[in-house]
Amino acid sequence: MAALRVLVGVKRVIDFAVKVRVAPGGAGVQSQGVKHGLNPFCEIALEEAVRLREAGAAQEVIVVSLGTKASQETLRTALAMGADRAVLAEVAEGVTAGPKEVATALAGLVGRLQPQLVILGKQAIDDDCNQTGQLLAAMLDWPQGTFASRVELDSGSVRVQREVDGGLETLRLRLPAVLTADLRLNEPRYATLPNIMKAKKKPLEVIPAADLGVPGGSPRLKVLQVQEPPPRAGGEKVENVQDLLGKLRQSGRI
Amino acid sequence: MLLQRCPSAGRARQCFHALKLIKKDCLLSPRVSRCASTAAVPRITTHYTIHPRDKDKRWEGVNMERFAEEADVVIVGAGPAGLSAAIRLKQLAAEHNREVRVCLVEKASQIGAHTLSGACVEPRSLEELFPDWKERGAPLHTPVTEDKFGILTETSRIPVPILPGLPMVNHGNYIVRLGHLVSWLGEQAEALGVEIYPGYAAAEVLFHEDGSVKGIATNDVGIQKDGAPKATFERGLELHAKVTVFAEGCHGHLAKQLYKKYNLRENCQPQSYGIGLKELWTIDEKKWKPGRVEHTVGWPLDRHTYGGSFLYHLNEREPLVALGFVVGLDYQNPYLNPFREFQRWKHHPSVQPTLEGGKRIAYGARALNEGGIQSIPKLTFPGGLLIGCSPGLLNVPKIKGTHTAMKSGMVASEAIFSQLINENLQSKTIGLDVQEYEENLKKSWVWKELYAVRNIRPSCHTVLGVYGGMIYTGIFYWLLRGMEPWTLKHPGPDFAQLKPAKDCTPIEYPKPDGKISFDLLSSVALSGTNHEHDQPPHLTLKDDSVPVSRNLAVFDGPEQRFCPAGVYEYVPLETGEGSRLQINAQNCVHCKTCDIKDPSQNINWVVPEGGGGPAYNGM
Repeated sequence: MAALRVLVGVKRVIDFAVKVRVAPGGAGVQSQGVKHGLNPFCEIALEEAVRLREAGAAQEVIVVSLGTKASQETLRTALAMGADRAVLAEVAEGVTAGPKEVATALAGLVGRLQPQLVILGKQAIDDDCNQTGQLLAAMLDWPQGTFASRVELDSGSVRVQREVDGGLETLRLRLPAVLTADLRLNEPRYATLPNIMKAKKKPLEVIPAADLGVPGGSPRLKVLQVQEPPPRAGGEKVENVQDLLGKLRQSGRI
Repeated sequence: MLLQRCPSAGRARQCFHALKLIKKDCLLSPRVSRCASTAAVPRITTHYTIHPRDKDKRWEGVNMERFAEEADVVIVGAGPAGLSAAIRLKQLAAEHNREVRVCLVEKASQIGAHTLSGACVEPRSLEELFPDWKERGAPLHTPVTEDKFGILTETSRIPVPILPGLPMVNHGNYIVRLGHLVSWLGEQAEALGVEIYPGYAAAEVLFHEDGSVKGIATNDVGIQKDGAPKATFERGLELHAKVTVFAEGCHGHLAKQLYKKYNLRENCQPQSYGIGLKELWTIDEKKWKPGRVEHTVGWPLDRHTYGGSFLYHLNEREPLVALGFVVGLDYQNPYLNPFREFQRWKHHPSVQPTLEGGKRIAYGARALNEGGIQSIPKLTFPGGLLIGCSPGLLNVPKIKGTHTAMKSGMVASEAIFSQLINENLQSKTIGLDVQEYEENLKKSWVWKELYAVRNIRPSCHTVLGVYGGMIYTGIFYWLLRGMEPWTLKHPGPDFAQLKPAKDCTPIEYPKPDGKISFDLLSSVALSGTNHEHDQPPHLTLKDDSVPVSRNLAVFDGPEQRFCPAGVYEYVPLETGEGSRLQINAQNCVHCKTCDIKDPSQNINWVVPEGGGGPAYNGM
């Protein structure tokens, strides 16, 4: 088995089916008691890493997350899906961490754990930033293969098929590298109960995020306001094209 | 004449046309399978409980082995009853310095996500379980300060005084968000060492060779919508135990199987149910009266339809009210739509002002028990027992079942524990038969309480309807405290009370205004419910042809009205005339109303993949 170590970053996010509400104060959404789960793209990234280990191309899968104590649950699910060990970079309750903070923590962990491959989800479904993988690659000065829909490991390099606007692009990147997973990369397995029970015995380390170089204090980005989208207003039916043009002119659109 | 006035006249005519093609005997017996000469019935049900996998070619060669884990006690369901049972077991184990492995499985993805209740809770059982509940931070933040009861007419409200001694007096009780209380109980249980597994549903009961319960198996995962295995297919886990505690809540699907297997219902009345729909609203602070409890009966229901409303003002960080509507599922008119009754009740002049300027933030629904003591089955059988709302311990006139559920869990654990540590125990079966649980429960305050109110609900079945019930309560309960020597009966199971559509008048419901009342689909979205879409629908039909041939033909498809989540829809066939039943399983909120009220008893609700279902937060 190749002595390849894979680091997978995961995030605990609000479940996609939940109807979110603006929190009192208007600077965020209500998250207390709301159903959370593993970010779907992170699940796909983890599945890919576990498959690489099962195929013999990798030796160890370490799953990591930046979050509050509650993220331990998410890491247990990840361990149940097949990761070998987990690390939580813990932040205090109420602290918001954006892509820059996460990338800093991951860079710190890369320094400690020395993986040859980092796989992340392409974006989180709560902020849709799509920045962490790219920022991390830049910090580490590693090549990046984002929006991966196929991953093949060779010795010393990785072939990545990427979904880009124009179609599909295949790159060969020298290891170590950062990849971010897109939807069609794989279909993740279920975290079944026997594996959840086994996962309790797998190591889960908790490190304060500050130890990894994540700056404390006020975040660089401050969310000023979160608003619900305006309720859908009724449409208007017009009789013919002349009417349509008239209405468009009236409302200043043309 | 009726056909011309009926809004679904066109559809009804199409159905009667389709019926001419169906053999006569299919109409008579809902259990006749597949009639040969009908227009082809589209296949709806693909679940393996109806189409077994050992006869299915697609499953040839698939490894069906399951792993097994051994525990001392396995509990199905992490509601108030299940969690209280788990906690009590661990408390006793600590007291006696013994190790007891307790595993608790729960189909919701997190504890409390499938919990829905009014709720006005009597803290009696919580005090017994945790005398220091306040210091531990149990979320009982709203003591009841005001108790109001009224009878509604279409335009007005007649206040009814709540005299001390009546069952609905709430002095000393708390308005809670039961989901949060359950979540807190879950934390206490975990701290005591209970192994809680949310997101894993108990799908099958396992039996020893001697017929006693061996444990349960959790759901399989990775089965396609059409019933074939996916690449991710994996079998569930078997959890074996000396005693399995079934705490599935009202009308549990495993309990349904156990009633049949052990004949637990041979000496009791059929259970009677209600459907409870609930919303949470943030309202204008000026209208907010924390601690106020309001109940009404009357409009919009007629006197023969049991039901009423609740509106509770919570004392949490924001001005929150919990409100809802209950309709007895023994209603007779198939055109009745409990969801729309709830929505139109909110427009009553005594209710609407409270909600004006407010915002609806949550919605959900669940069936509840109304049968009382007459409908409680035998509670124990070799290897297992039933606790909580599963057998049905709700005090109907008080509309409270949490305190009795918790107490039953505690009594069960005490009985189980004494058997577990009894070194000289001679059990006739491998699974332990804990008969002392039922004996002790019958000696406890739970039984006394349920006995005293046993005649109130059945007294609503006279020609005076709900008002007869109120008179009966005033005379026999308030004066005599239920000591009358007789016990009234229920008229029969709820599903059999439905009258054919041709004998009933359709109800004209007002359109929702989008501010106070709402449409069904936007409500379902607020429940946060979702299921993995590529799995067999868990609303299974014993016979796919019965919905159109009987439910639609005779009762005008009542399932499209009583389901509070829009799961059942009769849609026109793509070609030719007629309709077919479309099951939108993803919408299901696990309320169990369809399994209860289907007049053909053709719908069998089974548990979907664990983790699916509503995502209630403090409901």
